[in-house]
Amino acid sequence: MQVGHKRRLRDFHQARWDEELIFELSVPGERGVLVPEAEEKIRRVAGDGISTIPAHLRRKTPPALPEVNQPRIVRHYTRLSQETLGVDVTPDISLATCTMKYSPKVQEHVVSRHPGITQVHPLQDEDTLQGILEIYYQLEQFLKAISGMDHFSFQPGGGAQAIFTNASVMRAYHASRGESQRDEVITTIFSHPANPAAAATAGYKVVTLMPDERGLPSLEAMRAALSERTAGFLITNPEDTGIYNFNIDKYVQAAHDAGALCAYDQANANAVLGIARARECGFDLCHFNLHKTFSAPHGCMGPALGAAGVTEALEKFLPVPRVTYDGKTYHLDDDRPHSIGRVRSFIGNVPVALKAYAWIRQLGGEGLREVARCSVLNSNYLEKEVRRIPGVTVHYAEGRRRLEQVRFSWETLKEETGVGTEDIKRRIADFGLQHYWTSHHPWVVPEPFTLEPCESYSKADIDEYAAVLAKIAQEAYNDPEFVKNAPYRSTVHKIPDQYIDEADRIAITWRQYLKKGLNRVPHEGDE
Amino acid sequence: MRSNNTVYPYIPNSAPKTKERMMNALGVTEIMDLFEAIPDHLKYTAPLDLPEPIRDEYSIRRHLETLLNRNRNCQDFINFLGAGCAQHFVPAVCDEVSGRGEFLTAYAAEFYADHGKWQALFEFCSLLAELLDVDVTSGFLYDGLQAVATSLRMACRMTGRNEILIPGTVSRDARRVLDNYMAGIQGPQFHIRTIGFDRESGQMDLADLSARISKKTAAVFVENPSYLGFIEPQVEAIGEIARRHGSEFVVSTDPISLGVLAPPAQYGATITCGDYHPLGLHMQCGGGQSGFIGTSGEMRYVMEYKDKMYGLTPTSVAGEHGFANILFERTSFGSREKAREFTGTSNALWAITAGAYLALMGPKGMAEVGQTIMQKAQYAAAGISRINGVRLGLSGPFFKEFIVNFDGTGKRVADINRKLLDHQIFGGKDLSSEFGMMGESALFCVTEVISQASIDCLVDALTAILA
Repeated sequence: MQVGHKRRLRDFHQARWDEELIFELSVPGERGVLVPEAEEKIRRVAGDGISTIPAHLRRKTPPALPEVNQPRIVRHYTRLSQETLGVDVTPDISLATCTMKYSPKVQEHVVSRHPGITQVHPLQDEDTLQGILEIYYQLEQFLKAISGMDHFSFQPGGGAQAIFTNASVMRAYHASRGESQRDEVITTIFSHPANPAAAATAGYKVVTLMPDERGLPSLEAMRAALSERTAGFLITNPEDTGIYNFNIDKYVQAAHDAGALCAYDQANANAVLGIARARECGFDLCHFNLHKTFSAPHGCMGPALGAAGVTEALEKFLPVPRVTYDGKTYHLDDDRPHSIGRVRSFIGNVPVALKAYAWIRQLGGEGLREVARCSVLNSNYLEKEVRRIPGVTVHYAEGRRRLEQVRFSWETLKEETGVGTEDIKRRIADFGLQHYWTSHHPWVVPEPFTLEPCESYSKADIDEYAAVLAKIAQEAYNDPEFVKNAPYRSTVHKIPDQYIDEADRIAITWRQYLKKGLNRVPHEGDE
Repeated sequence: MRSNNTVYPYIPNSAPKTKERMMNALGVTEIMDLFEAIPDHLKYTAPLDLPEPIRDEYSIRRHLETLLNRNRNCQDFINFLGAGCAQHFVPAVCDEVSGRGEFLTAYAAEFYADHGKWQALFEFCSLLAELLDVDVTSGFLYDGLQAVATSLRMACRMTGRNEILIPGTVSRDARRVLDNYMAGIQGPQFHIRTIGFDRESGQMDLADLSARISKKTAAVFVENPSYLGFIEPQVEAIGEIARRHGSEFVVSTDPISLGVLAPPAQYGATITCGDYHPLGLHMQCGGGQSGFIGTSGEMRYVMEYKDKMYGLTPTSVAGEHGFANILFERTSFGSREKAREFTGTSNALWAITAGAYLALMGPKGMAEVGQTIMQKAQYAAAGISRINGVRLGLSGPFFKEFIVNFDGTGKRVADINRKLLDHQIFGGKDLSSEFGMMGESALFCVTEVISQASIDCLVDALTAILA
């Protein structure tokens, strides 16, 4: 196989099983699995067990679950998995802002199989949890070194919940100082939408800064937004455009001068691991997504863990319990009167923490730096290749290097051919690549697409990706309708409406689909 | 030191020749030139304070296994801990499904490359809807406590009211999550009021409920089965009181009970919620927790869900199913701070796994597992309460958990549980500080995986410890 633009494009067809919905596989009387029965003596003592339920609280009609034999269920799920393109199947350069890296199999095999995690109950006596608590404690030390923050909580169940945790800490901090008039936060339009949303859930009003021609909000705009009502500043950096805010410490200083706290969204920290830390920028809080930057897999969208980090002054507000170490034994400290309380059950998503621990232990400090170096190298290389494709432009910061991701635009292609980013996003599936991420809403950059070839992808992977985009752009100039009607080689064909708001078309469950008679709606072209 | 010359198996372009070719293509001689956007004074150049790496795969595996071997676990010990995370039967097929690399490593991409993922998630919501007997479900909440918190905020949004009535029997941890989730900048955004309960049965004090409910009440909340294990028999009356005052009736339930217990929607719940960790997920020290919410299909409910929802829709080919985003503007991906609440990555892999569990179990499996649990729990309760000085803490029916009171033994739960560890038994959760009025009490959990021999072993051990 040749490399570069002359490389032969992959002759791909996605698995297409035309697989039934599980309900359509039901054969009355079949069983998928048998469950344990109570032993004979138990039945003698306890009787049928269910007679103790008050009559009006017994289930009278069984749930209308399907009845399917086990081989068919296995085949069903295996087919559905074949109709899914995870990182194990295809290089996922497509989903920028959320780095999609390789999740080492060794960590998965240990964490999903070892009874020292799978069969552990979270309320076991702490003496019987020493291995897990040691990993939690050590992982906290690692993240302190990586960020320069002083303490971390691993309780939040995802990045957005970690932002919410940080917003809650902010709220508790200002309340503790009698400054509850601080009811506003400031963020930027290219920061992840969970920043404004989680702050709003915590009760804050949100001020959003827009970019200037550099792709960054001006420092003057930031200063103008600050007041005695500002509680916090929440920002992603590099922002979703891949542009690093080089004045970040000045923004943080301005916020501090106004009495506000600053929270750094490091969900995707790929560009800065071992290169730059929250501490040197002056941040008071930060968070990392351990299921992302630190290699735990995405699992179609979770299980996840957002590690929330704070400086010493804010530690007392972190969720309970905290893992402590007395030099011999690890403990869970639940007695912390200033704590915000809890955001999730127990001590968080332990398997995700274990995978992140394993990854950091394998790489060490120099390995983490190599992650950042290769991520940024890969992105710059891909950017160079993609910029050569007709129809592609890159907004903002002309002549300046981006870091680990780039927000591109098909604006020119759309003007010249009518083919837009949503069309190309569908067509790309025909080449065995994951649909790319356009951008968060609103689309400030027109016809956006955002790529991130993180450290997991080889030069050959990146070359192939660029070659596919070049091929599709060529198709758009030659035969725009062809691209607009894609995909052709995917599991399913083009979906006319990917966004549904009308009540009579909403079918979130199979029973709702049947109730609304959507199975009987005549299809265009049918008799 | 190997430092810069190390080739990392997970970092393909750390191979020096490739790296050099790519740097040449970019016209840079020093890779750090690519980081010019970061000012020098913000760069961190000291070595990171991390332990020496364990580079090879065999050694990292041994290292992890050594650490995990320091934990005791519920395979080697007999476990009676529940309190929000219970040890249930996990069919092998569930592990097979959650271990498929395609599902494990997929993410948020849309409806073509990942059609199978969308179908599996849609099926989970559909299967859960049958179990709950509702038309709409969302299974993408962080855990059961978050599901309760969001259900209650949904009720506040729907009614335009800001007061919530909850039973006094919820856990301290649930209360901590709710207090934080309902808090605001200058006092609570939503006010939580606690309704009294009957000390003997745990049941809600209806007179107190009637006295405290008002036109300010957005929701009346009940857990059934409750955190303390009992089945609340007054749910219809509670729902009726809520309805009379224009309040939503929010019920949190244990989904594995619903083969034998009526689903809340059948006794008047307008919003059903809970945690589906019992449905085919390992405990994982709390890593299997996942929240759900279910309601009718009325738009005033559907509009208030906070997370992404996906619906079945036609494609351009007749008869082919595709999937689409439903009411995207509800979510923070659609409208940032104007969204209902924030959303993000939560537990989709567990949703797929729980879907496989419900498909495997079918209606008969769910009825049978509920019955087995109740038989075993009742057998255990009977055996334990025959021990001298030991009695059940609450009267009335329970599902899989029940309170054991040790006041008559003169011993503390903490000491009893410590001694049970010597018998390789995890005793019930100590309630003595959380529910002080219940004295020296523990919450025991018995599920379908606890054998008669294990229960007998517990009774013998307790008898010996308390003798």
